[in-house]
Amino acid sequence: MEASKVIHAIYTDDDVLMSAVKKVKAEKHHIEEIYTPFPVHGLDKAMGLAPTRIAITSFMYGCVGLTVAIVMMNFIMIKDWPQDIGGKPSFSYLENMPAFVPIMFELTVFFAAHLMVITFYLRSRMWPFKKAENPDPRTTDDHFLMEIAVHNNESELASLLKETGAVEINIVDKDEDAH
Amino acid sequence: MEYKISNRLRTGAIIMIVLGLLGVGYGFMDSHHYQTVDDVKELLAGEHHDGHADSAHATNDHGDDQGVTASHGEDSHADEAHVDEGHQMSHEEHVLHQIHNRPWSALYVGAFFFFMIALGVLAFYAIQYAAQAGWSPVLFRVMEGITAYVLPGAVIVLLIAVASGTIGHYNIFVWMDPEVVEHDKLIQGKSGYLNITWFVIRGIIFISGWALYRHFSRKFSLAQDQADDNKNFKKNFRISAAFLVFYIYTESMMAWDWVMSVDPHWFSTLFGWYVFASMFVSGITVIAMITIYLKSKGLLEFVNDSHIHDLAKFMFGISIFWTYLWFSQFMLIWYSNIPEEVTYFVTRIEHYKLPFFGMLAMNFIFPLLLLMNSDYKRINWFVIMAGIVILCGHYLDVFNWIMPATVVDRWFIGAPEIGAILLFGGLFLLVVFTALGKAPLLAKGNPFIKESEHFHY
Repeated sequence: MEASKVIHAIYTDDDVLMSAVKKVKAEKHHIEEIYTPFPVHGLDKAMGLAPTRIAITSFMYGCVGLTVAIVMMNFIMIKDWPQDIGGKPSFSYLENMPAFVPIMFELTVFFAAHLMVITFYLRSRMWPFKKAENPDPRTTDDHFLMEIAVHNNESELASLLKETGAVEINIVDKDEDAH
Repeated sequence: MEYKISNRLRTGAIIMIVLGLLGVGYGFMDSHHYQTVDDVKELLAGEHHDGHADSAHATNDHGDDQGVTASHGEDSHADEAHVDEGHQMSHEEHVLHQIHNRPWSALYVGAFFFFMIALGVLAFYAIQYAAQAGWSPVLFRVMEGITAYVLPGAVIVLLIAVASGTIGHYNIFVWMDPEVVEHDKLIQGKSGYLNITWFVIRGIIFISGWALYRHFSRKFSLAQDQADDNKNFKKNFRISAAFLVFYIYTESMMAWDWVMSVDPHWFSTLFGWYVFASMFVSGITVIAMITIYLKSKGLLEFVNDSHIHDLAKFMFGISIFWTYLWFSQFMLIWYSNIPEEVTYFVTRIEHYKLPFFGMLAMNFIFPLLLLMNSDYKRINWFVIMAGIVILCGHYLDVFNWIMPATVVDRWFIGAPEIGAILLFGGLFLLVVFTALGKAPLLAKGNPFIKESEHFHY
């Protein structure tokens, strides 16, 4: 079972937070989570988070969109009912391709963008009516919160965090239901 | 951080120029083997014989494929129109002209390609000043080195253009030929704009504007190194903003004059932008390549991966912008299929299939796939490889502007074309690297230089 107690160290400055993260990492403590009111540049690197792969998914969704557009236009305009519309050559896909490029482009972008956003929502578990997972409302305004699991080393951790410039240190029971 | 052009580079450039001159000279000599219509008749008789053996050629003639028939119809229509308007000219005479046009056009294409790189860099440089970009000042001296070629390059292009209509026999621009104009209502209607006097005057105005901006921005940039205030930088900011206004007008008109008027019956409204995109992306590519070269010599320690990454992003983005304009021009004309406009593409697709669609792959698909990944944009050899393909692609782009109008189906990339590339490539390297050696490679007085040195993406 996970540690049932966590330590919440609260900071009021992103520079202090960054140096605190580096120090805590250097002491080989595992940081569970950090809550910030805005993106702190370089925080993911300092925490050692793996880079995101969302751009790769987006590329693949784009390829899907392009394929959908090609297959759709090929079936409708060339295979199913190849009418002569204003003298456009509907003998093969390639011959009439310039007319399909706007659709191919838009569907590529549409798929790449929308499916990537949906992927982002799924991976970061965001949806309407989801209960907010905020341990301290001040972290959406002007405070930064670092959460570290406690393994019978409360006082040691607390003093380390105090040293790093935390303005407030709380030890709380982790409420599993909140997630 | 001081750079001096190495002897090896100088010798290499001079060898390129000499080889280029030989190639160009050979091209002119070769084309002058054919002096009369009878020479051409002999040549055509020989070719016709070969042509029958070539099955692809035969199918093309018969026009089995429906698409080919369609375009054939349009083409012959255009030819008829031409004959109606123009004076009567036999097929052999046409071919003789095309043979004589080839070395001129090859020279012109080579000269324009390298001039266009320098002018593209000048525009990029002015944009960096006007936008007060914080990332690029460490690259300013590289850009200033490249723009040293604007003045000689542009003068050479204008001289070749004028010489083709005075020394030569109207080998690039048919509207310079009074005999053609006499029989051509369309060109007569445009002769208020298209005449040699105004062509030269406009050319001189364009070139002096570009050269003046380049002269003063370089002067202020060097003066800023010694200054203890930002006066020179502010002057540079102001003249850059003014230059960009001047540039976008003159660049557009230059594109009509120096490129579009090779087809005086044809016009396109976005042609100026299209030429701009081509020169812009080639220019940025050359900035990246020269920066990587100088960095590999250990001369630009202050340039880091992020600068290369930014340049590669520009190469990627502007390549797509070029494709967007290329396609917008092509698709609008293809879709409406108005005979007087569409002949432009009919000639190109019929006779230039490989260069026409090959350049699309080189200028769009290649950079799109290679430079999409963030990590690849930081790998120097990757950027160089992509850059080489982009530059070859845009050479072909210029080739496709000029050649179909002057030599039609008598094109080949042989001695005159490669000679012209070597000649002007050597000259470009000589001018650019000599200019690079004239000033320290770090513009240390620029107020954004600290930000630029620590630029990190």
